Amino acid sequence: MRRRIPQLVCGLFGLVTFLCYFSSHPIARKIYLTVTLDYWQIIFAFTLIVGALSFVRVNLRAVERGEDRPYKIVSLIGVVLMPILALIWGIRGGSPFMWVFENIQVPMQATVFSLLAFFVASASYRGFRARSLQAAILLGAALLILISRSSIGDLIWDRIPEAAEWVRSNPAMSARRAILIGIGLGSLTTSVRVLVGIERTWLGGEK
Amino acid sequence: MPFYPVQLVLLNTGGAWFDLSTLPVFIAALIAIGIVLFTTYHKKSRERFTLRKIAGLDAVEEAIGRATEMARPLLYTPGWGGDIQRPTTIASMNILSHVAARAARYDCQLVYPTHDPVIMSVAQEVVRESYVQEGYPDRFNEDNIRYVSSSQFGYAAAVEGQITRLKPASIFLLGTFEAESLILAETGNFVGAIQIAGTDSTIQLSFFIVACDYTLIGEELFAASGYLSGDQSILASVRAQDLMKLVIMALLIIGVIWASINPDSTWWRF
Repeated sequence: MRRRIPQLVCGLFGLVTFLCYFSSHPIARKIYLTVTLDYWQIIFAFTLIVGALSFVRVNLRAVERGEDRPYKIVSLIGVVLMPILALIWGIRGGSPFMWVFENIQVPMQATVFSLLAFFVASASYRGFRARSLQAAILLGAALLILISRSSIGDLIWDRIPEAAEWVRSNPAMSARRAILIGIGLGSLTTSVRVLVGIERTWLGGEK
Repeated sequence: MPFYPVQLVLLNTGGAWFDLSTLPVFIAALIAIGIVLFTTYHKKSRERFTLRKIAGLDAVEEAIGRATEMARPLLYTPGWGGDIQRPTTIASMNILSHVAARAARYDCQLVYPTHDPVIMSVAQEVVRESYVQEGYPDRFNEDNIRYVSSSQFGYAAAVEGQITRLKPASIFLLGTFEAESLILAETGNFVGAIQIAGTDSTIQLSFFIVACDYTLIGEELFAASGYLSGDQSILASVRAQDLMKLVIMALLIIGVIWASINPDSTWWRF
């Protein structure tokens, strides 16, 4: 019973949203939007409380143990401070909340994002070593795309951008679409397995 | 605004109950669902058959064994891009269940940072159940399944920090990833972890192929549940995927021939 009710709810909502997808009737659209937006937001809000409490508990325990204490203290200050700033002064432009968001959070996010440039360089170095014929073809294609995207591509040979576009639109796109078809079919079979109850791992694993 | 059943009779009834423009999708969906259900429940279709070797899934045991021998944790994360409604996340949960069972058996620490509190709650149940089924409920630590941040780069920084500090022996990057994929995979590479990755994003797949030891490509991620558990019902649905691929291949060939003979025809463009 502990698993049968969630399974029934899952199957019912899956069937309803599946059928609503094929209807343009206002009632069907309303049901679809209610299930996918309103109900989802309610579930998310409750689990967010659980997630935030878990975050605070994990970090407090780490502080007690003296494990990565400075990082954990900064995390806890952030979690406590931001809601307080929002509740007292609001979240409009010029408020302390927005000041912290724009001057601390956004630059930190940009810093982490900018690390990607260095990681792309190191990953490319490993990926483009021409150890085999396939790797050599990959290297050739990558060089072609890189040159075509730089300003000297046209200067070397005016057909380079055209050749690069052919690589992107034909061999690369064919491989990508083949993978996408596999992913689409995999998603579909996984969804059917979950909805009809063949796959119950998400309920805790009981067959 | 919430919807109440009583509104069924009060709402304006304009629009079609069945939108004919979705008919081709509806028929294709019914055929696909029919094939999956037929192969799953038809006795003859469920006769034992084997899947081809998938290196990334065979390496799961190796990765867990390595972490156990090195007495270092396993780190498993589902990426920032997905939520629990996504089939990729469900497929990732299936693999998590298997990994958690092995981690419980070998008493290996399993750390699961996530960006979504719903995923965290489901993952806690999945991992707890795996520990219970293996007979080691006392080894389960709820704090190891952590919500870190809903912000993309907050999540990336948190997981990157955990990888750097914990130095896990093995890392599983299985789920829906976006720009954080390479940040995590390269950080894992720097700490010398064996990495198994899989995602439904074709753009991020290329990063994983370069930076990880094993990558599950395309439908391999979705076949993992049957492959790892050996459950014939699930394996039968994997066979359904192959049957559907045959149907798609046949349609593609017919479409190519038809378009070559009669380029102006449009009936096949559904």
